[in-house]
Amino acid sequence: MSRTPLDTVEHAAATPDVELPWAELGLKKDEYERVVEILGRRPTGAELAMYSVMWSEHCSYKSSKVHLRQFGEKAPQSDALLVGIGENAGVVDVGQGYAVTFKVESHNHPSYVEPYQGAATGVGGIVRDIIAMGARPVAVVDPLRFGAADHPDTKRVLPGVVAGIGGYGNCLGLPNIGGEVVFDSCYQGNPLVNAGAIGVMRHEDIHLAKASGAGNKVVLYGARTGGDGIGGASILASETFDDAKPSKRPAVQVGDPFQEKLLIECTLEAFREKLVVGIQDLGAAGLSCATSELASNGSGGMRVTLDDVPLRDSTLSPEEILMSESQERMCAVVEPEKVDRFLEICEKWDVIATVIGEVTDGDRLEIYWHGGKIVDVDPRTVAHEGPVYERPYARPHWQDALQADDANKLPRPTSSDELKDQVLKLVGSPNQASKKWITQQYDHFVQGNTVLAQPEDSGMIRVDESSGLGVAIATDGNGRYAKLDPYTGAQLALAEAYRNVATTGAKPLAVSDCLNFGSPEDPAVMWQFAEAVRGLADGCLQLGTPVTGGNVSLYNQTGEAAIHPTPVVAVLGVIDDVARRTPVAFQEEGQLIYLLGDTREEFGGSAWSQVVHDHLGGLPPQVDLERERLLAEILISASRDGMIDSAHDLSDGGLVQAVVESALLGGKGARLVVPDGLDAFTFLFSESAGRAIVAVPRSEEVRFNDMCGARGLPATRVGVVDGDAVEIQGEFALTLEELRTAHEETIPALLA
Amino acid sequence: MTARIGVVTFPGSLDDRDTQRAIRLAGAEPVALWHKDKDLKQVDAVVLPGGFSYGDYLRAGAISRFSPVMETVIEQAKAGLPVLGICNGFQVLTEAHLLPGGMLGNDHLHFICRDQKLRVENAETAWTGDYRAGQEIHIPLKNMDGRYVADEYTLDKLEAEGRVVFRYMARDGVANERGNPNGSLRDIAGITNEAGNVVGLMPHPEHAVEPLIGTGRTDGLPFFTSILKKLVNA
Repeated sequence: MSRTPLDTVEHAAATPDVELPWAELGLKKDEYERVVEILGRRPTGAELAMYSVMWSEHCSYKSSKVHLRQFGEKAPQSDALLVGIGENAGVVDVGQGYAVTFKVESHNHPSYVEPYQGAATGVGGIVRDIIAMGARPVAVVDPLRFGAADHPDTKRVLPGVVAGIGGYGNCLGLPNIGGEVVFDSCYQGNPLVNAGAIGVMRHEDIHLAKASGAGNKVVLYGARTGGDGIGGASILASETFDDAKPSKRPAVQVGDPFQEKLLIECTLEAFREKLVVGIQDLGAAGLSCATSELASNGSGGMRVTLDDVPLRDSTLSPEEILMSESQERMCAVVEPEKVDRFLEICEKWDVIATVIGEVTDGDRLEIYWHGGKIVDVDPRTVAHEGPVYERPYARPHWQDALQADDANKLPRPTSSDELKDQVLKLVGSPNQASKKWITQQYDHFVQGNTVLAQPEDSGMIRVDESSGLGVAIATDGNGRYAKLDPYTGAQLALAEAYRNVATTGAKPLAVSDCLNFGSPEDPAVMWQFAEAVRGLADGCLQLGTPVTGGNVSLYNQTGEAAIHPTPVVAVLGVIDDVARRTPVAFQEEGQLIYLLGDTREEFGGSAWSQVVHDHLGGLPPQVDLERERLLAEILISASRDGMIDSAHDLSDGGLVQAVVESALLGGKGARLVVPDGLDAFTFLFSESAGRAIVAVPRSEEVRFNDMCGARGLPATRVGVVDGDAVEIQGEFALTLEELRTAHEETIPALLA
Repeated sequence: MTARIGVVTFPGSLDDRDTQRAIRLAGAEPVALWHKDKDLKQVDAVVLPGGFSYGDYLRAGAISRFSPVMETVIEQAKAGLPVLGICNGFQVLTEAHLLPGGMLGNDHLHFICRDQKLRVENAETAWTGDYRAGQEIHIPLKNMDGRYVADEYTLDKLEAEGRVVFRYMARDGVANERGNPNGSLRDIAGITNEAGNVVGLMPHPEHAVEPLIGTGRTDGLPFFTSILKKLVNA
């Protein structure tokens, strides 16, 4: 776009016929026409830049919004929710005056283009969301999905992603306590790099993203603005990849975790001194987003002088400055008399801080450059009143055939030897194998409050040293289940994360989600999305856990091939005293192993069907959320009252996978007996939901049984912690050594 | 009376608050020290904590070594002030030439975080009096640049003078390459200066001080009780 003369508002009004590159910036024709209609003239180049990034799929949720409304409409009554959807992150009351904020986001597309920086800046972005709420970040989690484990490109993407997450998170001093690593060829070319973070604050410290109070100053602080990440949101996150187009590498931002660490400390110190009226981090869409959101959420308007933005590259145009996604920047609204102190704190931490504007009386966002007014908009039209699409959706024509291809009819093992071989194959398959090679690249210990970290069912952080108050978080998702039935699949993800929080002894409170799907322009994908959102919203209502926020990532597809619909659900829970937490590992020989819940012949989407038959078909396991709630209550009571010493949820891989993990982590074997009414195969491999195994000390058996009986939860004694093998009586035994080799050597062999 | 133990915060220090907690749990009084301030606030000992000071840019510890606080730390360490460098703090101590040798990137080129078995080789330093020589302990390890190197002459001298304080061990109790997490020469995890008042190690004792937290062991607490006893009895 030409800048001779400067494309001011005045100039734009006088030159209505100038052609602007709206299509190149990702706007559709009708969207551009709407901008013209809103403004009553053509936009200036700078205005076009702002509208184009803010109206991108990534920032505006234009395809997903009509469905996401259900999270609000069906929100359960919850006293715990302090801040709901719409802010940088939701905030939950965890008691004793503490509030916890948490959120999961995607950084999928950048991580495919440039694995290290894409993943690193994903961590950086979610952590700034947490700081922007007023909280100290205390932990991160990373649900990751890659193509086939043995595909050469996985060896390019995965090590880079893992190193990027570690490189950034470790340097920030945030323990990485959970997440997942899943391999499936459907993610080839579209890896899912989701990042979650938790922060802790006192109730009175909650901060919101709004600019109020005419005369208050707008302070931009953190890194200088450079040319990196320009158009990241509109170009990268909102279009499918196409080999014919040039490399998009320059659109990926570059992270500087050291700068972000300083930003955390400096922001928290400013909060402590009550210097901040409103705050917003600069993530996708950079200054365009921060200024328009702050202004539209506040009571007044905002005037910004773009010349005052500290630049890394002095040749940047005003459009580029507005669109830049340079990392490690924040924007604060500060009362005039507190600005000096705010700047002093920034200087203490060697953080560059500059007053770039102020809150005004009006309701306009005005941006100046070289003395000319280059933006004059109603900020709400940029930030909140973007296009909303009712995309057509339709159940795909292949769904019936997929569901009819029943996994329960696959050939099952016919001998004990075959059963044993399949167990070894399962626990050593990439998805079921130990992820230690990956997780040991993350710091679990920093901050000295980590009670549980992966491979535990949920990560747990101590919040208060004197009382022992703690929070737990689990993230789960199963694209295979969701492909078979997106509504049920989303509920299964919710149920699993809910259960994982409860198995560690914490009470589930709230939900965040990261919804990863293909192109919304494909009615089949849109149907998957609509179904998954409906399932999740219904499920959250039934379990009483509100959705506090989250993220949608669309266009995860290469050509015609979309990824499996992959809703990833994070559940946050609270535990009164972390000393009562329940670990996965078997603790003591002689303890009794109980199976809680009902086991049915459910193999659709199962790990067994994938590992043994490379099959995906049939129906996913049934969901019974009332049962999940009962199971959770039992697990929490049993933990609180000291009736169980270890617990593990049953999910992909079924009971045998859970027993093997508990045995290997505890270094203690198990002798199991197939219960009446089940065959060995179903007992070991079924993936029925609503189940867990627990280890009960003999002295507690009566009390535990009585509790389950009184509350109507099926509890079946299936074995005992014993020896140095996992033995299924009458079938086979596998030594811990054999199992350890199978379970732990797979990932290093593929990736190291 | 109790002892006042300073913990320096550099830009990018991460385990400063954890170290303060460990000092408190041991019964001493932690004192926060700031990198830009030369004043050590009359503390009786100093800990340089772990982290990524200045992002480990240039070379781990290379920039922090020149911070104002280090001028005083170097001067007083030479006069006998007990100083403990943990991980990044160890790197700062070698950069400051208070300890010999230096740290390179891990031989496998990855960050590594794990519970690490160590053997205490020297229980005579200011920071290890509460251990026994030959005692085996578990302390979390987490670093990117943890590979201790020095020339042969220095290594021989360290060994001859009993200045190797900790060695990496395998689970089965031998010091060998399976136990060595990063390719450190002679499996060295920590060393001391000639006087025994300055100790540096890569593993993190401040992460092993509470039974519930981290790995659930308290094998790191004796670092902080050792110095407290030494200071209080002095």
